[in-house]
Amino acid sequence: MENKIGSINYRELLNKYKMVLVLICMVIIMSIVSEHFLTSQNIINIIRQISINAILAIGATFVIITGGIDLSQGSVLAVSGVIAASFIKHGYASIFIAAITGILVSCLLGFINGLTIANFKVPPFVVTLAMMTIARGIAYVYTDGRPIVDLDKRFLVLGQGSLGFLPYPIIVMIIVAVLAAIILYMTKFGRYVFSIGGNIQAARVSGINTNRIIVLVYTLSGLLAGLAGVMLASRINTGQPQAGQSYEMDAIAAAVIGGTSLSGGVGTIAGTLVGAIIIGVINNSLNLLNVSQYYQLIVKGIVIAVAVIIDVKSQKKF
Amino acid sequence: MNGSSEYLLEMRNISKHFPGVQALDDVTFKVKRGEIHALVGENGAGKSTLMKVLLGIIQPDKGEIILKGERVKIYNPRIALSLGLSMIHQEISLVPERTVAENIWLGREPTLKRVGFLKWSELFSKTEKLLKELDLIINPKQKVSSLNVAGMQMVEIARAVSYNSDLIIMDEPTSALSEKEVEKLFNIIRSLKEKGTSVIYISHKLDEIFKIADRVTALRDGQYIGTSDITQVDHQTLISMMVGREIKNIFPKKQIEIGNTVMEVKGISRKGAFEDISFSVRKGEILGIAGLMGAGRTEVVRAIFGIDPIDSGSIFIDNEKVKIDSPKKAIKLGIGLVTEDRKKYGLALCRSVKENISMANMDKFCKLSFISRKKELKACQEMIRLLSIKTPSHKQTVSSLSGGNQQKVVLANWLQTQPKILILDEPTRGIDVGAKSEIHKLMTQFAEEGMAIIMISSELPEILGMSDRILVMHEGRVKGEFSRDEASQEKILACAVGGEQSGK
Ligand SMILES: Nc1ncnc2c1ncn2[C@@H]1O[C@H](COP(=O)(O)OP(=O)(O)OP(=O)(O)O)[C@@H](O)[C@H]1O
Ligand SMILES: [Mg+2]
Repeated sequence: MENKIGSINYRELLNKYKMVLVLICMVIIMSIVSEHFLTSQNIINIIRQISINAILAIGATFVIITGGIDLSQGSVLAVSGVIAASFIKHGYASIFIAAITGILVSCLLGFINGLTIANFKVPPFVVTLAMMTIARGIAYVYTDGRPIVDLDKRFLVLGQGSLGFLPYPIIVMIIVAVLAAIILYMTKFGRYVFSIGGNIQAARVSGINTNRIIVLVYTLSGLLAGLAGVMLASRINTGQPQAGQSYEMDAIAAAVIGGTSLSGGVGTIAGTLVGAIIIGVINNSLNLLNVSQYYQLIVKGIVIAVAVIIDVKSQKKF
Repeated sequence: MNGSSEYLLEMRNISKHFPGVQALDDVTFKVKRGEIHALVGENGAGKSTLMKVLLGIIQPDKGEIILKGERVKIYNPRIALSLGLSMIHQEISLVPERTVAENIWLGREPTLKRVGFLKWSELFSKTEKLLKELDLIINPKQKVSSLNVAGMQMVEIARAVSYNSDLIIMDEPTSALSEKEVEKLFNIIRSLKEKGTSVIYISHKLDEIFKIADRVTALRDGQYIGTSDITQVDHQTLISMMVGREIKNIFPKKQIEIGNTVMEVKGISRKGAFEDISFSVRKGEILGIAGLMGAGRTEVVRAIFGIDPIDSGSIFIDNEKVKIDSPKKAIKLGIGLVTEDRKKYGLALCRSVKENISMANMDKFCKLSFISRKKELKACQEMIRLLSIKTPSHKQTVSSLSGGNQQKVVLANWLQTQPKILILDEPTRGIDVGAKSEIHKLMTQFAEEGMAIIMISSELPEILGMSDRILVMHEGRVKGEFSRDEASQEKILACAVGGEQSGK
């Protein structure tokens, strides 16, 4: 009897940390296969590369927990990037103000997403799909389809510089993750996000202003996409209207691999980070092994499918 | 191999463990051919779990199942069906956007050979025949989502019967049915029995069990307590078999000093739902609202609570006219609503017990938007204790609680808002006798503290036992009003079916 309880707890634990285990296995295998993998240089490299995806994925996590989805993140990211870049290039404002402007415009786009979803009761998939096209269009119109290159050196620090051995993108990612976790687990807003995803009708009957929370969640997703856009522009020294294409897919994938349920109500920030790292490790490993970009896509797709299958299987027991 | 065995089904030494609970512990359960066997026990005793094991929905840790003298392994519900076992689930499991006919024959639709196209006309005529046999007035072409809960339950029943099984399991089939429909169901059960079909009947309504069952088995905390002929036991013995102690008073009503009018509803109407509803409720008073299923009672309280809009009429709270356009506003004004359909409006099933208990109370636990965990936890644990919610911990997801315990979680959520006016829509549906008497005791206690309570119930004994005043609704209108003293089962029933205006 005692024994049985022990073994079941063990199984539950295993279930909870299964993706961490997958990650550990990947790391072990890769450090055997390639001597370049487990070097501090490479590890920092991986984390720096995932930082943008992780930031988007955190936004996606909030949205998906409410039972929604945000397909516009990649395009919104581009809008923010080109606005910030052009402001800097033309000297409209200080670097800081330029970045903030880009982010605020992204917030606004996210806000419009949320408002439309909440007020017209249109499925998030459709609304954000429309916004995906619209925002991409805005980015092209704004730049006339041409990239804005050669930005102020000081702006590039955000994407390229580092504090000691830690690159700034990693620091920003950590700050975002910590703040997100605080918001999600420790505030009323975070709790309502879970309640809405669990059962929006019950949440409404319980007096929760569900529309307000939904608008806020999509605004937050827009804000993080905007932040990611500024970071990307700084990193590639360009305001690129094509930037961030299909980034939303990687973000959703990271969230789902990390255990966020697409039917809503379930998800964690730590899980999403693990999901983002797994995707990063896959990309990095395949690079180290000289697998072509094209094959990388296939492998990544398979991993996502497997992750979702495992997730569904382990929940089905109830 | 001998088919002459007296027992159709023997479940032997079944055990099942879930994280934190031994749901079944060495349970043995035998059903004879052609008998109606009641299965009773408190909320969380393991009744549904035992039946899920039988149907192959979950696998037991230990034990064996003997069906018609042969040992069988039931790995999934399909095998169970092919062995002649079917079930009416406690939780309705229909596809809402499909028609009644499609739902009944789901997976067994008559199709053109090989091509696989549906033969719609045959599908509908088959359904019509079945429904007629069962004396159910439901249109086969109607979408299930357009039926009320009772209608859906009847469709579930028709589906279970349509398999022509040897054994039909009914897990609380009457929880959403009115007396008349219950009578219909009993007729169906009796004719099944005549055909030699066995029925396992799970219910918390002891009257029903005495009326329909041949034998009864009790479970308690996952353990087998005993089996007996129904003629050998009385109410008290059955209750003590279930809860392990005696319950003296299911309706612990106290005479409480009734205060001022807290809420007054004047002539409210909502097109297609109810018309010209007026009533008032006073401090310390329990106002019962009786009526048949579909009389519009739920619609009225939903509108009062701001879930649905009101077309005309007005509501006064403490003599002040108020406009309630959202549940948030209602809660602010001191109203609480325990909804009828807990799955749809009451619970976030994938979230924890704690989060569900505090869903409507977050403002109380928050300072500057930050949750005070300590405060929240303390309040939740107090509620879990107060309502004796059976759960391994406050972290458990609500979906894994037994039906009755889920109901208590909804109740806890609303009790915590400490409303001035508490509206309870079928508060004890699916709740065991012990817990029922607890909830009634709480109602009395809250009334004593000055709360005004409006209770919708389809159980007449509950209405009669707990209310100070009784409103009877019929087809969206108030048909009568009775004081506690003048009310009787006959009078209310006559009024509820639309008989002449009585009372006052
Ligand atoms: N999937 C599950 N995971 C964890 N615990 C479970 C699960 N299913 C049931 N339980 C637990 O097993 C116990 C028995 O539950 P069960 O649903 O069989 O009760 P019941 O007798 O049908 O109660 P009720 O009258 O309330 O419907 C309960 O304590 C319940 O919380
Ligand atoms: Mg049950």
